[in-house]
Amino acid sequence: MDIGWYLTASALIFTIGAGGVLTRRSPLVILLCLELMLNAANLALIAFARMHGNAEGQIFAVIVMVVAACEVTVGLGVIVAMHRRRLPIDVDELRELQG
Amino acid sequence: MAEVLFFLAAIGAVVGAIGVVAVRNPFYSVLALVSHLLCLAALFLLLNAEFVAAAQVVVYAGAVMVLYVFVVAYVGGQDEPLGPRAGSGLRGAAVLFGGALFVELCIATLGSGLKLIDSRGTPIGRGFGAPEQIGELLLTKFLLPFEVASFLLLIAAVGAVVLARRRGGLSAGEEQARYSAMDLLRPASTGTMAESVGSRRPALTKATTPPAEDS
Amino acid sequence: MSSLELFAWATLLFPLAGTIVIAVAGRRLPRRGAGYVGTGALALSFASAIGALVMLQDLPHDERQVVAVAWDYANSVGVDAQLSLLVDPLSVFMILVVAGVSTLIHLYSISYLDSDEGYVRFFSYLNFFVFSMLLLVLAGNFLLLIIGWAFVGAASYMLISFWYRRTTATDAGIKAFVINVLGDVGLVLGTFFIFKHLGTLDFLKAFEGVKEGFPQTNDADLVAGCILLLVGAFAKSAQVPLHTWLPDAMEGPTPVSALIHAATMVTAGVYLIARMHPLFEQAPIAADVGAIVGCATLLIAGTTALAQTDLKRVIAYSTMSQIGYMIMGVSAGAYAAGLFHLMTHAFFKALLFMAAGSVIAAMAGNQNLDRMGGFRRALPFTYGCMVVGGLALAGVPPFSGFFSKDEILLLLGDRGGWFWILYAAGYVGAFLTGLYTFRMIFRAFWGEPVPEARELEEGHLHHAHAPSNPATGELEDTDVGFPGPEHHIAEREPTMKIAMGTLAFLAIVGGFLQIPKVTHVVDHFLEPTFEDSALYAREPSGGLIAFGLVLGAFVAFAGIGLAYYVWVKNPAIATRVRERLAPLYKLFLNKWYFDELIAMLVARPALWFGVWAQQTFERIFVNGLLVGGSTGIVRAGSSAVRAAQTGFLRYYALLIVVGMVVLAFYFLLAS
Repeated sequence: MDIGWYLTASALIFTIGAGGVLTRRSPLVILLCLELMLNAANLALIAFARMHGNAEGQIFAVIVMVVAACEVTVGLGVIVAMHRRRLPIDVDELRELQG
Repeated sequence: MAEVLFFLAAIGAVVGAIGVVAVRNPFYSVLALVSHLLCLAALFLLLNAEFVAAAQVVVYAGAVMVLYVFVVAYVGGQDEPLGPRAGSGLRGAAVLFGGALFVELCIATLGSGLKLIDSRGTPIGRGFGAPEQIGELLLTKFLLPFEVASFLLLIAAVGAVVLARRRGGLSAGEEQARYSAMDLLRPASTGTMAESVGSRRPALTKATTPPAEDS
Repeated sequence: MSSLELFAWATLLFPLAGTIVIAVAGRRLPRRGAGYVGTGALALSFASAIGALVMLQDLPHDERQVVAVAWDYANSVGVDAQLSLLVDPLSVFMILVVAGVSTLIHLYSISYLDSDEGYVRFFSYLNFFVFSMLLLVLAGNFLLLIIGWAFVGAASYMLISFWYRRTTATDAGIKAFVINVLGDVGLVLGTFFIFKHLGTLDFLKAFEGVKEGFPQTNDADLVAGCILLLVGAFAKSAQVPLHTWLPDAMEGPTPVSALIHAATMVTAGVYLIARMHPLFEQAPIAADVGAIVGCATLLIAGTTALAQTDLKRVIAYSTMSQIGYMIMGVSAGAYAAGLFHLMTHAFFKALLFMAAGSVIAAMAGNQNLDRMGGFRRALPFTYGCMVVGGLALAGVPPFSGFFSKDEILLLLGDRGGWFWILYAAGYVGAFLTGLYTFRMIFRAFWGEPVPEARELEEGHLHHAHAPSNPATGELEDTDVGFPGPEHHIAEREPTMKIAMGTLAFLAIVGGFLQIPKVTHVVDHFLEPTFEDSALYAREPSGGLIAFGLVLGAFVAFAGIGLAYYVWVKNPAIATRVRERLAPLYKLFLNKWYFDELIAMLVARPALWFGVWAQQTFERIFVNGLLVGGSTGIVRAGSSAVRAAQTGFLRYYALLIVVGMVVLAFYFLLAS
């Protein structure tokens, strides 16, 4: 299969993820869209690893997965803390940086 | 055959992605992402990355998404109101710039030196992408990133605990309700930290305040 | 460092040390301690000056111009600024006069200002003044000259407004300072003009290079520079039209008037012209301007003195007039004569001021000539000194003023041409001098004794019950910033007697240093400095000398005789003349309306400009446009930038994506 297809798919998923980050209001969904973007990057990495015949790309993808897992952990921890303090789970409501 | 599988998996992944973005209920978004991840695992398999595909399913779809489900259940995933509050211009701008990004990426990937490479990819050996190869690389050439990654996981775990813990003791209602077996077993004149600090040691019939922690 | 240089530095630094010691420790000394310390410092300074004189005369004739360098300030951008003194006959002459007369005046002040709350401050300031004046005359380059010039102006301000709670005194101080600053500007600009061509600030180097720097005489830049130097000289020496500060400066204590406004500071202009004589000889136009202004001043001041009724102001105008003689002399090339007159004038003018101080003390601070009379028997010593000083001033032979004044006029006549006009004006001025001086003496000392004089004859010094400002009559205090409660007359204070006696003696015999055709002490002494001058070595004809001496004596006696006739024999004449020549009298009484002229031409437009600047320029342009505009721009800019801080997370994420798109676009294009 032409490597370009995989890369196009990766670009498409990345863009969808970016659009999701910009459009959704719930931080949970925003994190999910971030995961989408990370996965798209993973796909690109694996595709290039296949293309070059070099398994290092796959190692890179594994490490990216580790990082994504950590990020999700911490991000969800923050959301739980927000919920504990009775803050609205809505990024548009959390506007203290305004001005 | 490979093409058919590719298209199936790719369309599944894209549909899943669109589902994540477009569905209102966060719970359904998580499910959409799980399906997306499974399709992505299929794509990885097509690219001879067996170990990564397995890791994706087991770790990502299996552990991370389950964590996600739990949190969504705890926080409550009510339907989001429609339309961004920050102004509808945001949505339009998002679409515009997202589209621009996609176009650029395509131009970048498709229009450049890929033409020089055999689009089928270099011929690869049998053990490409197999666990042996991944394991060998992880423990020899990439030992440091491997260890650092484990350290990162530790930090993330500690961070999550610190962020999400209770602080400053329980609220008044909860204090009264807490009653543990240890209260029965504790001898009468043992000093708890709370007592040494000065809070009243209640009798066994009443609720006890748990020892005040740091924070 | 040779001993000559050592003496020169010592002369300069003793008064400075005196200032500092008195300023720091003065209050802890016993009652008149500060005065003795100040006088001691100056006596040491005078002794060093004599040492310098002796050392200088030991040197061979050609080497008598010594530059003593302490250190180099900076040799950058071609400006050779050094801390250097020029020790040559001219500067040694000046430091002898300055240090000597200053010592005597300090001696006088020890008792004169006793009981003043500002006693310590006075001596500190006075020592500082002498230090500045010595710095001015010892300076070896333009830079130090300017520094000394400025210090002298500052010291003058501090001393004129010494009794600072009197508004009249502070106003006078400000007036003096402002006019002096004008002179300073002229001096600095003149220096710049000269430096531009000669490229050096050092005196000797500059004078050597005059002919190369300015090949033709009356070069425009040199004339401009010299006239600017003259502006400085006129401001400091109170010549027309920058003279209005000197009469007002009489607000200061009498020793200040004696020292600064008679003997030393006002002679700085004369010194300047004499020092810069190579420049002035290369630009005769400027020198001629100086001579004409000097002549005009001596006549204007002489006539004004005839109508004044304040004792000290009469003497002040007399100073102005005599300095006019000196400026006229040195501008016309009579350097030794002008400096000789400077020396003799220092003697008798300081003496006159001291005597006037004694009389004013007897009058308990009142200076009005109309209220004085008949002090002859009450103040015999003061009267004697006043007469000696007056005779010297009027130019009666064989007193010192006679020889010095006539020397100047002699050399003016010798130059010939249009200088004969100045010659004639000089003798008219001499007549006026005799007239107003003895008007003053006869009015104050002859006639019926006034009540204060009668009290004094009985041995009781008059005290005013309510001290008041002699100028305005308003009541004041005797506390800090005002004159002290006691008054001291010469008859009762030995220090005052010693000082006045010494000066009287010098006023009598000083003239013998330079009798035409007989003694040439001053001439020979100053020769090394002025050798390069074409105008210096002149031998006037014997006939002119004799004619001048006779004419001088004649006009002096005529003036005194007329004064005797009018004010002693027949006082009614004075009133009749005043009525007949009323407009002329008013002109003289109002000081030729110079104050009003300056107010109209300078002060009023400056005030209008200030008001306009504040109302229009400051309010609209500076506050509105510049200040308001810049803050407005900043405010608008920051609110524009603040629009990006919406607080929405997704907005920031959008910005990140936009940035990514732009970067990707750039890299796509670049590849």
